[in-house]
Amino acid sequence: MRKEFFPAKARVVFDQRVKVSAPLTAENALNVPVSVDAGALPDATEVLVFADFNPITRIVRFRPEGAHPGLGFRIKLQQSTPVRAAVKTRDGVWHVGGTWVNTTGGGCTLPSAGSGSPEWQKRLGEVSSRVWDRKEGGERIRLRIIHPEDTGLAAGVPAFYIQELKLTDEQGAPLLQIEGFEPLAENPVFSVDIPAARTAAGYRVSGRDNNGNAISAVIEK
Amino acid sequence: MSILSRTSRSAIALFALGWALLLAAADMDYGLQPVSIADGTWVLVGRSEDFSTANGGNIVNTGFIVTPAGVLVIDSGPSRAYGEQLKRAIARITDKPVTMVVNTHHHPDHFLGNQAFAPDTLAALPGTISGIHAEGGTFNENMYRLAGDWMAGTEPLAPAKQLTAGPLELGGHHLELIALDGHTGADLAIFDRSTGVLFAGDLVFNDRAPTTPHANLAAWQKALDRLESLGFKQIVPGHGPVAQGTAPIRQTRAWLGWLDGNLRQAAEDGLDMTEVLAIPLPAEFRRLAVVEAEYRRSVGQLYPAYEQHALAHPGRNAR
Repeated sequence: MRKEFFPAKARVVFDQRVKVSAPLTAENALNVPVSVDAGALPDATEVLVFADFNPITRIVRFRPEGAHPGLGFRIKLQQSTPVRAAVKTRDGVWHVGGTWVNTTGGGCTLPSAGSGSPEWQKRLGEVSSRVWDRKEGGERIRLRIIHPEDTGLAAGVPAFYIQELKLTDEQGAPLLQIEGFEPLAENPVFSVDIPAARTAAGYRVSGRDNNGNAISAVIEK
Repeated sequence: MSILSRTSRSAIALFALGWALLLAAADMDYGLQPVSIADGTWVLVGRSEDFSTANGGNIVNTGFIVTPAGVLVIDSGPSRAYGEQLKRAIARITDKPVTMVVNTHHHPDHFLGNQAFAPDTLAALPGTISGIHAEGGTFNENMYRLAGDWMAGTEPLAPAKQLTAGPLELGGHHLELIALDGHTGADLAIFDRSTGVLFAGDLVFNDRAPTTPHANLAAWQKALDRLESLGFKQIVPGHGPVAQGTAPIRQTRAWLGWLDGNLRQAAEDGLDMTEVLAIPLPAEFRRLAVVEAEYRRSVGQLYPAYEQHALAHPGRNAR
């Protein structure tokens, strides 16, 4: 893991300030909820989420550029595994936290429901979203994107997944960059928190999947 | 020093272990003890647990009604072994033949004992039969993972005979077949007007948290209203102890109502699924068996639909 994910000279430490929340037992391996929160670390610049025993270990990488350094999402797991987040701080140190998820598995080698139905082709890339005020201050954005998120590990179904998403305010000022990998769950749902200082009248999300299909939507309040 | 090499000692140890496992497998006895709850009416109450290798999947209630015209079996249990042991338990009580075996719905603990009975006695609602055809194989594989050796030889066997709602006369018992839905797409309840016993299937749980993998909560609530209106004397829930009154119906309704309201509110409040999982359960439900595990499963099964609704119909921002 260390060799694969981090430069040889990088300092990598376990750090309990990196919070990864997921159920200890996940019956549905196709849709395992995970939340990462690195808000207790100063200056988180990049977060890589990975599952040690997944056939495709990388799940998602994100760079908070104004958004709170955390993300809620759902993943596919092939078997029981640690799910970890490595958070890079401005001093170059990687802080690793994680949790264990038990599952009966199979989530990565099953085709998506979407791949068997023509419905998604009409709605591919469609974004639904909503913005909430947070009691703690700031706002929460939740968005759901129609996409089969096929891993390429199910026979006859090629890899087809969202690779890039950018969240900005309506003026185009960056808030969060997401790099997606195959294990994100079908029709992914993301939860993102915006600190009070960066809230805006509206937001935008844009990106593309690995086949070059564009995703673009205005997130209205 | 032993004269045996390390390899041979390991081989002997493995051989002994193999025999121990085989002997254990031969002793897969569910210890089924039918309890008489009314004239000719017998119930086998399972444990209020999750499926495990310790309970062999016996977490379910099955029952049978003995009449001069033959025996009606209600649900066949979680495995071939259970079905065979149920059949022997019936034979210890009566020499009447089993003339009908109904599966109340298509969940594995209610039909995987079907192989023990004559195929032409098996019957279920059409939606249950198609459900077994569609999902029986997956359920069966999952049961092997969860219950292990108890499942030996078990294969899904769907009934051929389709039941329709309405009265059914059987050896002097005036039965009413009631076709409902909500727990799954097809849930059969059987009301014996002669004894006042209602076999509610998994529409009703008693002191054990309900399962929701195929649930439609609104339809389920309607089904509970219908069952409550029947005026039964005793109710046999799908899981949990037999009861005299309507308390299990009210308990099931209260849980489903709380679940529905909680998930709707959570979605409207913009909670992530991990935050929904962390919501503490109200005190009144904490005494239900396996409630923490069932809540977690229900959130996974049901929350995405509430989320989609909340994202598709944005309300006015609170600001």
